[in-house]
Amino acid sequence: MVESPSKRPTLAVFKFASCDGCQLTMLDCERELLAIADRVEIAYFLEARSRTLDGPYDIGLVEGSVTTEHDAERIREIRDQCRTLITIGACATAGGIQSLRNWADIDDFIRQVYASPQYIETLATSTPISDHVKVDFELRGCPIDKRQLVMLITDLLLGKQLRVPRYSVCLECKLKHTVCVAVARGVACLGPVTQAGCGAICPEYARECFGCHGPKESANPVSLARHYQRGQHDPSHLVHLLSNFNAAAPPFRNAAEMLEQNSPLSNEGRS
Amino acid sequence: MASPRIGSWIKIPKERLQQLIDTLASDGYRVVGPRIRDGAIILDDLTDIRQLPAGVVDEQDGGHYRLREDPTAGWFDFVVGPQSLKPFVLPPREPLLQLQRTSETWQTETPEIDDRPVAVLGLRGCDLHALSIMDRVFLEGPYVDPRYEKRRASLFLIGVHCRRAAPTCFCHSLKTGPALPAGFDLGLSELEEHFLLEVGSRRGAAVAARLQGEEPASGEITRARMATRALEQRMHDRPLHGDRRTAGRWLETDHLRDRLLGNLEHPRWSEVAERCLACANCTMVCPTCFCTTVEEVSDLSGDSVTRMRRWESCFTWEHSYTTAGPVHPTTQSRYRQWLTHKLASWHDQFGTSGCVGCGRCITWCPVGIDLTEEVAALGNEVPHA
Repeated sequence: MVESPSKRPTLAVFKFASCDGCQLTMLDCERELLAIADRVEIAYFLEARSRTLDGPYDIGLVEGSVTTEHDAERIREIRDQCRTLITIGACATAGGIQSLRNWADIDDFIRQVYASPQYIETLATSTPISDHVKVDFELRGCPIDKRQLVMLITDLLLGKQLRVPRYSVCLECKLKHTVCVAVARGVACLGPVTQAGCGAICPEYARECFGCHGPKESANPVSLARHYQRGQHDPSHLVHLLSNFNAAAPPFRNAAEMLEQNSPLSNEGRS
Repeated sequence: MASPRIGSWIKIPKERLQQLIDTLASDGYRVVGPRIRDGAIILDDLTDIRQLPAGVVDEQDGGHYRLREDPTAGWFDFVVGPQSLKPFVLPPREPLLQLQRTSETWQTETPEIDDRPVAVLGLRGCDLHALSIMDRVFLEGPYVDPRYEKRRASLFLIGVHCRRAAPTCFCHSLKTGPALPAGFDLGLSELEEHFLLEVGSRRGAAVAARLQGEEPASGEITRARMATRALEQRMHDRPLHGDRRTAGRWLETDHLRDRLLGNLEHPRWSEVAERCLACANCTMVCPTCFCTTVEEVSDLSGDSVTRMRRWESCFTWEHSYTTAGPVHPTTQSRYRQWLTHKLASWHDQFGTSGCVGCGRCITWCPVGIDLTEEVAALGNEVPHA
């Protein structure tokens, strides 16, 4: 085992079923990344460097969801190796877009995607890391927000309580004086039920919120979906909107199911 | 020309508002007024009268806002947009303190306030009432907020008497409009080809003196006042005729405080909580919701820390969080807290209602929850204590 060359806390970054976008967000920190590298020992981060140090690690960041038996075993080993375990991104915190398989026939998907499906070993579900091991903190987003990540690492290094806002994207829109796209344009926007943290980017460009940061605290998407339906929004459009990167987050899933019960859609219609 | 007296009126051709803007700008004011941005009328920098949304009106209802052109509309026949004066006296985010760690101690520095005076054109009766409520909150009592005080003192207020109401307006039921209350520097009334300007302050008089206005012709002041009075009458008649599309809603204020505080367990609170999103939009657009929170943001080393103040809302989990958890854990308790504070306990705290009837909370609620409807649903009974 290679000794850690300093007393700096060690940081390890692990990947599960995911697109790597959250790890790239970390590399995208650029100027702050150098400052972070000064203060923590980057011990394991395959996307950034080939040198790896053995555990245990002070801080573990986990990207991605659990989709195989092997994943389910590996995350337990990683948990044992990390003093503080933090999941990053919608895959790790909610199961990601790949959780659409959870209410579909996985064998159908495999047959359609792979030429030789017999080589594929996978679970029928995509589940968040917290379904498998104790997670100390979840950083939401698809991908995670760079500023939130830097703030989280700062708070970790300073020994502060880890926290991110749990309120809605609407609050961020209003702080910037972005005109509400739902009220002034009639766009079906998930901002009122989605947790802040992105800086309310999409409404600033007259686009609806897609719910990347998952349900806010006390989210009420059933009420919002009913209101949009009364405003002549097609239920299937609303189901698609709710069934994105955080499709398996219970409040979003419940609202999508409510819509489907009122107006049945095929499983294919959801993906 | 000698300055006109406070309370006197001058008449200017409409185009001369340009001279008003130029005069204020040359006096060092940042001039802001109604402009169209992203499908709504907001308050933004104004340099040219052609930026004003003349001939445009707003359609407003619960969770609904659209602009449309109306050939019969004047220069100011839209009503209030999502913004109020609030951001001009209480910015959504501002640094309160900058801390720097030195080898021995912490150095503190209070960030300067951008105190360039601001002139705001196009304020309504409800807006000015809201400002006087904010003044009570921030300037009266033992703790005066110095940042609010500085910004407030440099405001130049140009009001407009309303001639049109949106279906969401209910100022008449709270006696906060549609006419302007005292407190403006200049008060505008719109005629066909002219504006009448009422002088409301010495500062207003000094500006009015430079506009080469003439004395209004006989009957013109009465005619201008009648337009606003006729609107008020239509708003009063509305509940009788039941046509909410044309002239506003109604909030019954009789025994309102006791009706609310005596009905804290009414089933209506849980019904509204099924619709409420706890998204905080109502409190963000409210011209009197003044809650803020303070957050400390530090750099990676922890040596440089900024203490930030930002708007907060009683609809968030964070707002009532204590070490034991949130005092208002449910949407039901948050909605009840908001409505009973705004309309009832605000009287005990500040000697006034917290509501001015602008209707913003109705329009900008994503699901169109209407506080006048919620209050009415609680009934007219005052339960015995």
